[in-house]
Amino acid sequence: MSLLNTLPDYVLTTKTDELLNWMRKSSVWYMLFGLACCAIELMHTGGPRADIDRFGASPRASARQSDLMIVAGTLTLKMALRTRLLYDQMPEPRYVISMGSCASCGGLFQLAYSVCDGVDKIVPVDVYVPGCPPRPEALTEGLLKLQEKMMTERWLTKSNGNGAHVTAA
Amino acid sequence: MTLNMGPQHPSTHGVLRFVVRADGEVMREAVPDVGYLHRSIEKIAEKVGYHGFMPYTDRVDYVCAMFTNQGWGMASEKLAGIEVPRRGEFCRVIAAEFNRLASHLLSAGTMAMDIGAMTPFTHALREREMINDLIEELCGARLTFNYMRIGGVAWDLPPGWREKALAYLDHFDPILEEFNSLISYNKIYIERLANVGVITPEEAINYNLVGPNLRASGIKWDIRKDIPYSVYPEFDFEIPVGSGEWGKLGDSMDRYMMRIREMHQSSRILRQALTKIPSGPVLAKVARNFKPPRGECQIRVESARGDMGWYVVSDGTGYPWRVHVRTGSFAAMGIIQKLSRGLMIADLVTLIASLDVIAPEIDR
Amino acid sequence: MEPLAIYQRIKERFGDRALEISDGKPDPFCVIDPAAIVEVATALRDDPEISMDCLSNESGVDYRDRIEVVYHFFSYRLRHGAVLKVRLPRENPSVHTLEDVWKSANWMEREIFDLLGVTFEGHSDLRRILMPEDWVGHPLRKDFVEPLEYHGISTVRESPIIRLDSKKK
Repeated sequence: MSLLNTLPDYVLTTKTDELLNWMRKSSVWYMLFGLACCAIELMHTGGPRADIDRFGASPRASARQSDLMIVAGTLTLKMALRTRLLYDQMPEPRYVISMGSCASCGGLFQLAYSVCDGVDKIVPVDVYVPGCPPRPEALTEGLLKLQEKMMTERWLTKSNGNGAHVTAA
Repeated sequence: MTLNMGPQHPSTHGVLRFVVRADGEVMREAVPDVGYLHRSIEKIAEKVGYHGFMPYTDRVDYVCAMFTNQGWGMASEKLAGIEVPRRGEFCRVIAAEFNRLASHLLSAGTMAMDIGAMTPFTHALREREMINDLIEELCGARLTFNYMRIGGVAWDLPPGWREKALAYLDHFDPILEEFNSLISYNKIYIERLANVGVITPEEAINYNLVGPNLRASGIKWDIRKDIPYSVYPEFDFEIPVGSGEWGKLGDSMDRYMMRIREMHQSSRILRQALTKIPSGPVLAKVARNFKPPRGECQIRVESARGDMGWYVVSDGTGYPWRVHVRTGSFAAMGIIQKLSRGLMIADLVTLIASLDVIAPEIDR
Repeated sequence: MEPLAIYQRIKERFGDRALEISDGKPDPFCVIDPAAIVEVATALRDDPEISMDCLSNESGVDYRDRIEVVYHFFSYRLRHGAVLKVRLPRENPSVHTLEDVWKSANWMEREIFDLLGVTFEGHSDLRRILMPEDWVGHPLRKDFVEPLEYHGISTVRESPIIRLDSKKK
């Protein structure tokens, strides 16, 4: 008989990594980084009909209090320098969703002289959400994909630089 | 001390930056710094041609994209002498006035959010979502529509859409009364908005303010009545003008109430347009490689943010030589530096929200 | 008053400083000597039968052999408008500012300076408005060449799909 069958009903068992990841994915606070048209769809996604708050994601104004940066809109060269500064101000662990085609690849403004073709030239991106602008349902799916990605992370193993993993204990 | 109200801030009017020199809470001056959303739309027009430029006009002002579409359509039609069929004009007016409702709802909602009241924003978004559903049935997109073409509109009204639109208007008029009693006549709101940022009529004309900002200072001017275009002369509606009932003439409360009253008038125009619409084609025959003759023209359209001027120079080829858009928000930014002297920092947020400034109109 | 009648008035008053009256289709315009623009503008504002109280639009156009600054005036009282143009050479184009006549010229002239390189003498605050302060070049000129990078961000998007403007003439 395994030890698990002898425990009473009110005791739950899981792995530490899964518990930590579950706690972190259920309250992803995003920074309001709406730059252009996708910002209106971001507001609609946080609005009454497609409510992103039921997944735990609530908007924060400051970079220092948020774990997710949703880059919504076209990134110009003038804004790109400030974007890097804001990304550096976010505490780790931090994630970036690139929302819309302007943030992913420059979108329909690739012919412009003052537009940075894609936010991944400045910051590392986790999830790309296509659309011009993406519907609130599409952005919600992007957030859910990010939550799946967060569940696969491992915190208690360290890499010793040779590619081998060493357990902490 | 010098503060930076940086390009990313929660006052959701886009990426604007102000360098504020303040003495404690009272400002000496707020210098605006724009250009964080300059996407060189005017230069792109020279590369993509007349038909291809229509989606780019949506992005000039994404909250009321139908007006920019209409402006570009009218400018190209004036250059080439094309006439839009009557049903096409009615469809344009219907789409444009629904967009005016949606834009003013968003403007009122974000203004309330900037003042600090979080709930009116969700009320406004609830109504806006219903309008988005209607427009999505009409043209397929929720925000950047690309519905109008040179010579008319792209698609006709779907079957059953007229009845749904009229049912929505019956639902909307009492909601506006509820919005007013909840927010507009609220004591805290009036104290925050009255006597803040007073603009006299002479200043308003000198700085080239347009739209609700100009009408709030007492000047009765609306392109739809004074230089009429499209089929607006056939409708019966009024132009609300500011009167300074809660404070001085031309303060932020006047500008806010202009938008609420304009929503009433838009609802009136929509009812008349939906009942009077004739049958017929919606799009005139325009060549695929559209080449207007040499010349230049200027068009003015009354958009939700004011009179938008389009200046187009054509050199006889299929690509325009120069396109210039003069928008209401660009002029409104010019007056903020002067008005900000002596205001408190929280009043600066109120001032920007009451002028209904939006970043892509300034930067294009 | 019709625009052509307004231009006749200007010609009678200023003689040979009104260089050309064109009845271009669809909008006629009048070309003025650059040195006289402030006088003509003040006369248009003060004359009680013309009374232009608003400078509704000011834009710059680059033809390949010259640069033109186009002024659109409008009168709210009398409900008429007029178009004036000023022709400037391409090397060091410069004209006096209209900021003392109408305040709305302030920001519009900053934009023309930024994008086309026209210097406005007597302007209170002539600096770049839409491009970053350290940008080199005037983008709306027809011979503008896009730089390959800005502060380390490359402006070329490496993509397997052909670029949009490689098919242009």
